[in-house]
Amino acid sequence: MTYLFAYLATVCVVCAVLTVTLRQPVYNVLALLTMFFHVAGLYVMLNAEFLAAVQVIVYAGAILVLYLFVLMLLNLKAQARHMHRQWPFGVLILGSVAAMVVGALQAGSFSAATGEYTADAVQAVGNTEAIGLKLYTDYLVPFEVASLVLLVAMIGAIVLTKKGMIDDHVGD
Amino acid sequence: MVPLSAYIILSALIFFIGVVGVVTRRSIIVILLSIELMLNAVNINFVAFAQYLESITGQVFVFFTLTVAAAEVAVGLALLIAIYRNRRTVNVEELDLMKW
Repeated sequence: MTYLFAYLATVCVVCAVLTVTLRQPVYNVLALLTMFFHVAGLYVMLNAEFLAAVQVIVYAGAILVLYLFVLMLLNLKAQARHMHRQWPFGVLILGSVAAMVVGALQAGSFSAATGEYTADAVQAVGNTEAIGLKLYTDYLVPFEVASLVLLVAMIGAIVLTKKGMIDDHVGD
Repeated sequence: MVPLSAYIILSALIFFIGVVGVVTRRSIIVILLSIELMLNAVNINFVAFAQYLESITGQVFVFFTLTVAAAEVAVGLALLIAIYRNRRTVNVEELDLMKW
């Protein structure tokens, strides 16, 4: 179990670094794809089978395919200088902040009251059913708001990309 | 059993790698990918806490994060295409019209 976590966590961090550092945009997307699959593995380790399936279907299957489509559409070439001018300062500052956060997390301890959804209780009804029951009873209004967010995003994407709906070549 | 702190530290590392990506990269596409990294780090935290607090609310909230991520990708890529169509570039350093 620990070895499996070590493998998944290592691949996740390595792929995250590759996503940020690689030069070709297609390689960035593929590194992120590998990371998403390993995050799905972490979800399985945490008894969230349904979310693991959703992670693979929605993130790897829909969102990253959308990225790849746009990459093919734009036909971008790798730039000679792909990092921002002041990237060493950014890495330095954020690296020290990350070291502070990780140090604080290792030093601190954590405890809180636990709920009634133990692993066995969830297993009795099934992970998907347990999430569904919670989502459609306690979180019905946020669920509707989420659907509204998706609708607005859909209309926004159509309006932004359709030719002629906003004036083209304003900047030229 | 893997301790909760291992998941939190992993998620913090991935989150900061995402922040470094947003700050240091010049291509809008990679900046959007880095935002995806940060959202995934948050999701790992949610699921880990849901498991260790024996509450399923964290898993429900991953759904909402997923919705926001999907909306962000749709609008972000639409903006990217609109910018590319007008300016023929996806480099944030060249998009300095509002820079003083």
